[in-house]
Amino acid sequence: MRNRRVVEIWVGLFVALGAAALFALAIQVSNIPVFESTDGYEVELRFANIGGLRTRAPVTVGGVRVGRVSDIRLDPDSYQAVVSARIQSDYRLPEDTSASIYTSGLLGEQYIALDPGGMDMYLRDGDEITLTQSALVLERLIGQFLYQMGGDNEEE
Amino acid sequence: MLNGLQRLGATSLEVFARLGRGFLFLLRALAGMPALALRPGLVVQQLFSVGVLSLVIIVVSGLFVGMVLGLQGYTTLVNFGADQSLGVLVALSVVRELGPVVTALLFGGRAGSALAAEIGLMKSTDQLSGMEMMAVDPMRRVIAPRLLAGFLAMPLLAAIFSFLAIFGAYLVGVGLLGVDSGAFWGQMQDAVEFREDILNGVIKSLAFGFVASWIAVFEGYDAEPTSEGVSRATTRTVVNTSLAVLGLDFVLTALMFG
Amino acid sequence: MSAPTPTADDVLVEIRDLHFARGDKPIFAGVDLRIRRGEVTAIMGPSGTGKTTLLKLVGGQLQPDRGTVHVDGDNVHALGITGLYRLRRRMGMLFQSGALLTDLSVFDNVAFPLREHTDLPEPVLRDLVLLKLQAVGLRGARDLMPAELSGGMARRVALARAIALDPTMVMYDEPFTGQDPISMGVLVDLIRRLNDVLGLTSIIVSHDVAETARIADRIHVLSGGRIVESGTPEALYASESEWVRQFMHGLPDGPVPFHYPAKAGFAEDLLGAAGSGHA
Repeated sequence: MRNRRVVEIWVGLFVALGAAALFALAIQVSNIPVFESTDGYEVELRFANIGGLRTRAPVTVGGVRVGRVSDIRLDPDSYQAVVSARIQSDYRLPEDTSASIYTSGLLGEQYIALDPGGMDMYLRDGDEITLTQSALVLERLIGQFLYQMGGDNEEE
Repeated sequence: MLNGLQRLGATSLEVFARLGRGFLFLLRALAGMPALALRPGLVVQQLFSVGVLSLVIIVVSGLFVGMVLGLQGYTTLVNFGADQSLGVLVALSVVRELGPVVTALLFGGRAGSALAAEIGLMKSTDQLSGMEMMAVDPMRRVIAPRLLAGFLAMPLLAAIFSFLAIFGAYLVGVGLLGVDSGAFWGQMQDAVEFREDILNGVIKSLAFGFVASWIAVFEGYDAEPTSEGVSRATTRTVVNTSLAVLGLDFVLTALMFG
Repeated sequence: MSAPTPTADDVLVEIRDLHFARGDKPIFAGVDLRIRRGEVTAIMGPSGTGKTTLLKLVGGQLQPDRGTVHVDGDNVHALGITGLYRLRRRMGMLFQSGALLTDLSVFDNVAFPLREHTDLPEPVLRDLVLLKLQAVGLRGARDLMPAELSGGMARRVALARAIALDPTMVMYDEPFTGQDPISMGVLVDLIRRLNDVLGLTSIIVSHDVAETARIADRIHVLSGGRIVESGTPEALYASESEWVRQFMHGLPDGPVPFHYPAKAGFAEDLLGAAGSGHA
């Protein structure tokens, strides 16, 4: 019987260890968005071009992450990219907030940077951010640059 | 020529027969599961031999795999000036792949082979027959608790493995090689999703636990009741578990992250 | 349980026209056998005649190709799994190896069937187990593990376990094989005594003629898939069949030849081989 007790204690320890490891993985390794995604509100952003933006990309204000991209789809009528972003409910954003897509580092991940405006009305769930600036696509940038260099004499 | 064809035919028929036997066996074992609710002690006993006794190898391998990963990852990443991303690299590869897969392979070698040998031995020494003659169903008394224990132990072992691997990488990366601790954890937390990565890893290891313990108990139960039969069963357990885990991992990965 | 009068009520196990084959190899081809209550019945025959298989058929672990086995009025192979398990609680079986559960102590082994099938409180269970162990003379060995037991002791523990549920019949599979003379004597005596004291019906499967003949009330000799002769030990020793006499007395040569059949004659084999060992 004593033996059985030892077995029980060990198994209990084992289960506790496993649960603790799982918990540590959830807290320390991941950002556990289970809490994040349940509370918070969703806003829509329309871009002409989102570049390499992907779901789960961070949404930041002044470099601080306030949410994540939850969905990306194409509006079949306007051919605009519609990006849904989930913002943590602690952060209230004015209605005239503008959004741009930037790249972290030279070749890093793309993210959405929000620039809060000055209005008293705040964005609510399902609202749309209309002031957006598309991603900078390197090839297009270079193309534009070359075109401007070449077209300086003829057009302007 | 004809002889070779015949042998090929016989071999493939045997493969199907084993698959069929294994499936029927599984159904019978699952039918014995509900009765375990009344005898949780049986499962606890098996959790000990399947889980606790595998702890040492899981802890040691987890730490070392993490440390090696930290070292290798660092030397590669530092070339691109991306050594700050070491945490991400290690965490994602461990949580998504290495944790569940390596744990399942180790499980097959440690717990699976032991299960197969134990059951094969019980069969070859008439213990299973003896139980049947005592009107005790060995499916319910012997097989079902082992199957359930393996299924439950695997995700716990995998979680312990993953955590220790990341910790090992932290020791090497931050402690030895001077990666910034904040960047290590911070980037990791930004990149690792609980639902997408960790939960999927747990689902993987549940699937592996199920398959690995199924193979182990079936090989033991299906063993020829001789010494050679039992030793063949243990070998087959390790081989089949490894193949099944790797194959299943590909399918699951394609489904989850594809 | 009553006086041995040959009525239908008196028969505990009735086997009729039993056919069984393992793969292509026929083991039984029409076995008819009646085993009476309260007796020690021995089924004897040379190795490989399927004596153990017969016990497994009686216990319902194997399915016959044809024929029926009735135990206590129930057709073993027509019972559902529940019925079969209920019937098995009334059967004890002693395996050749003892089949003790290696991870349980002697005490727990004997307690095993009681724990599985009854809800007895621990003190009652303890008394019962000690009673059974006392009956086989191993009360003092209750804390040993099966690996620490000698072969004879393991069989006695298995016997205590077999009678733990107070069965009506006990089947012994080769109980005397590989025992030293003393433990053999102990087992022989024990089987007879338990049979009489507990009012059991015992079926012994064996090829140890002398020991079995000492305690059996009736012996059935199995050969070539049939019962070739039945009777009391004395009757069989004095059998008219040359084969049965050879078996009972253990004569080296007789109807069963000493030599395994060879293709060629001995002289031919020796001369024909001429140098090469593997022709």
